[in-house]
Amino acid sequence: MSTETAAETLDVKGQNCPMPVVKTRGAFDDLAAGEVLEVIATDSGSVSDIAGWAESTDNAELVGQEEATEDGEDVYKHYVRKTE
Amino acid sequence: MSADTPASSDADPETETVADLQARLEALETEVTDLRTEVDDDGPQKMVIIATKGTLDMAYPPLILASTAAAFGYDVTVFHTFWGLEILHEENSKNLQLSSVGNPNMPVPNLIGALPGMDRMTTRMMRNKIAENEVASIEELIETAIASGVDLQACQMTIDLLGYDEDDFYDDVTTGVGAASAFQDMVDADIQLLV
Repeated sequence: MSTETAAETLDVKGQNCPMPVVKTRGAFDDLAAGEVLEVIATDSGSVSDIAGWAESTDNAELVGQEEATEDGEDVYKHYVRKTE
Repeated sequence: MSADTPASSDADPETETVADLQARLEALETEVTDLRTEVDDDGPQKMVIIATKGTLDMAYPPLILASTAAAFGYDVTVFHTFWGLEILHEENSKNLQLSSVGNPNMPVPNLIGALPGMDRMTTRMMRNKIAENEVASIEELIETAIASGVDLQACQMTIDLLGYDEDDFYDDVTTGVGAASAFQDMVDADIQLLV
């Protein structure tokens, strides 16, 4: 759930559908088994998009999603673990 | 009546039924396992989109869906034919227009929309909105789709019909394909869409 457990961070702030999911896939493919990817987005649609993507992807597990405000901007953080 | 039936003759058919059911259950389990293996052997799921429109608004849905499906692990083919070819044309794709006439969602009435220069104006408004909302450009989406492994195909018959050349298209666009290969892909696909 927290940033320190993430092996990689993907910053897709300022990018809109379908980029957060498409780029998450790319970064996820580079993970080793057991590692967690942190995705930072500003697209509010990424909350359901990344959750749905993780649910449909065999070796992806959504371990957490957070909402925060950074520099007056809504930021959505997603944590996805590669299970195998 | 049933109380008169001897207990011994009652037990046998019951045991037989249980054994029969067990045998059937085992047979079904084996069948399910076999089918599962068959499905797994089939490899990734497939989606085919036939893209036939070349206006700015209609260029987005096939590219967005294609990249998204690729992210979901699908094998994706987009077969571009007729005006859909404009999306893959490196020069024309940067200059796709909206059509004001016959589009009730446009902010101008048809009569005004038919005036010279109106399409250009409404297209500029749309492009500004796209940029403001940080929506990717068509060029970016094409690059993303190709990087995600999407097979972007340009229909050879339409290339010849419109007088285009293979070199007019983005690198990695598949040319030399026709309706038969598109049809074959659709037969094998789990999802087929005409846009």
